[in-house]
Amino acid sequence: MSDRRDFFGKALGAFAGLGALGALYAAKRTWDPLPSVKAAGFTTIDLSQAEENVLYTEMWRGKPIFVLKVPKKDQKAYEDKRLIEVGGDKFFIAIGLCTHLGCIPAYYPDQYKFICACHGGQFNAAGEVLKSPPPSPLVIPPFKVDGKKVVLGEAGPEYKKLKEAGLVA
Amino acid sequence: MAHFDPNAKPFSHQWMNDRLAVDTLKRVLSTEYWIPKNINFLWAMGMILAATFGVLLISGIFLLMYYIPDTQLAFDSVNHTIMGEVGYGWLWRHMHGVAASVVFLIIYIHMFTGIYYGSYKRGRELIWLSGMLLFVTFSAEAFSGYMLPWGQMSYWAGMVITNLFSLGSLDFQGLVEWIRGDYVPGQAFLGRFFMLHVVLLPLAIMGLIVLHFGTLRIPHVNNQDGEEIDFEAEAEKWKAGLRKESKVIPFNPVFMSKDVFVLGIYFIIYFYLVFYHFEFAMDPVNFDPADPLKTPPHIYPEWYFLWSYEILRPFPKDPGLVAFGFAQVIFFLLPFLDRSPNVAPANRRGPFKIWFWVLLVDMIVLTIMGKVPPMGIYTTIGTIAAWVFILLWVALPFITKMEKPIRGQK
Repeated sequence: MSDRRDFFGKALGAFAGLGALGALYAAKRTWDPLPSVKAAGFTTIDLSQAEENVLYTEMWRGKPIFVLKVPKKDQKAYEDKRLIEVGGDKFFIAIGLCTHLGCIPAYYPDQYKFICACHGGQFNAAGEVLKSPPPSPLVIPPFKVDGKKVVLGEAGPEYKKLKEAGLVA
Repeated sequence: MAHFDPNAKPFSHQWMNDRLAVDTLKRVLSTEYWIPKNINFLWAMGMILAATFGVLLISGIFLLMYYIPDTQLAFDSVNHTIMGEVGYGWLWRHMHGVAASVVFLIIYIHMFTGIYYGSYKRGRELIWLSGMLLFVTFSAEAFSGYMLPWGQMSYWAGMVITNLFSLGSLDFQGLVEWIRGDYVPGQAFLGRFFMLHVVLLPLAIMGLIVLHFGTLRIPHVNNQDGEEIDFEAEAEKWKAGLRKESKVIPFNPVFMSKDVFVLGIYFIIYFYLVFYHFEFAMDPVNFDPADPLKTPPHIYPEWYFLWSYEILRPFPKDPGLVAFGFAQVIFFLLPFLDRSPNVAPANRRGPFKIWFWVLLVDMIVLTIMGKVPPMGIYTTIGTIAAWVFILLWVALPFITKMEKPIRGQK
């Protein structure tokens, strides 16, 4: 008698457990980013009109993108290996979110510096950390150079080279 | 076999008793639930919290009728429709906002009362733990509610808090994107936090309140001296008419009459704030619509989260997260980190007295430092206060282990 009851208990438990797992998976999938969100693809930025030491903010996948034609005066930033050469000029292109907790740092052209108001982090004109708490430089998104334009969201050979050298983030 | 008197008139006392045992329920839950006499107004905070939750629920129901959880419409549905068009919409919003802020002040008073009188020991551990679970769910409820007006502070607080789940250098971007349902806070994010705020979390809170009351029933509430009262014996005295000699009073109507008096004073202050000083609960920055391309110059949480935010801030990313995680869970461990058997007010417990007051002052300092911009002397004070908080909890087992037993206590 109790063997039968044990068996029914286990069978019920097993089926209920399977159902719970299935429901959990469905719940997890419901919270995943929607395909339409994921497909929100590529942003093309035309750099031919960019002026030196003026910060342009573009948008890619809902995130702000910093575009800065790095001034030659800031020699250290100008020599940085993370810069992207387009048409003979050197550009700093990165996701404009502080790597600490995702605030948008502001650019101070006279100091050639990005300063984050949230927790006081600072970056130079090539996105390298000058003052913590940010643990790493501003992140360079996947990009492809196309003449005087840059396409974000597509990994071109220049991006792959930076990535192999461990310089994108 | 239950007995149903066929002659009892429908809905008469006996008819109800036969079907619902109303007399037994009333006795067990109120007229013979015993409260010590030796308590003060701080013992009324629980009822104030329950009443404030009721106010939040009712005002929330009215707000829910006009609020629209859509990133394009949410801001105007709150700031234009509810505030400008709906009759008395402003009243519900200000009641909701002020209660959400004040409820945390009362929670902190309730917590520190418990810590001061040692009301988390000797059978009362589950009261403390269920209370801490309530604190966490209230925090989640407050955060999710703060997202809904979709102003600048909603958006950027949402950004910063969800980014915490990348867990620093572990860089769980996938987890962050899963929580948001997008690369940045957007429609999916607003929709799910709306659901959490109006359904799932309130349900969890109501369940936890029942659990919290349940954990209180057997150990009973503590008293001003931490005295171990024989509730059965004292209750017998009361029932025998020895009301002066008995150390206890029934919850209803004797204790409730005092509770309601404190509640009355509380609601006078609360409605004064609602009508004349609601602005303290309404951050001006949140009256700008959310703009994903512009961070406000200074991001700070509401005052009740500032102390834990300040523990995160002075450290580099990973240690900061560890310290923040420590601050979030450490209060749960209080009943187990306090190694002393004494249940007594802190001022009679030697070094624990100093521990208690330093902790209280340190949390106030952390709160103030969390509000000011992170620069100069403030960073230094904040860093020291964060370290003091951590060291206090590390020291707690040792100083309570050394504590001498108080005479008359086991």
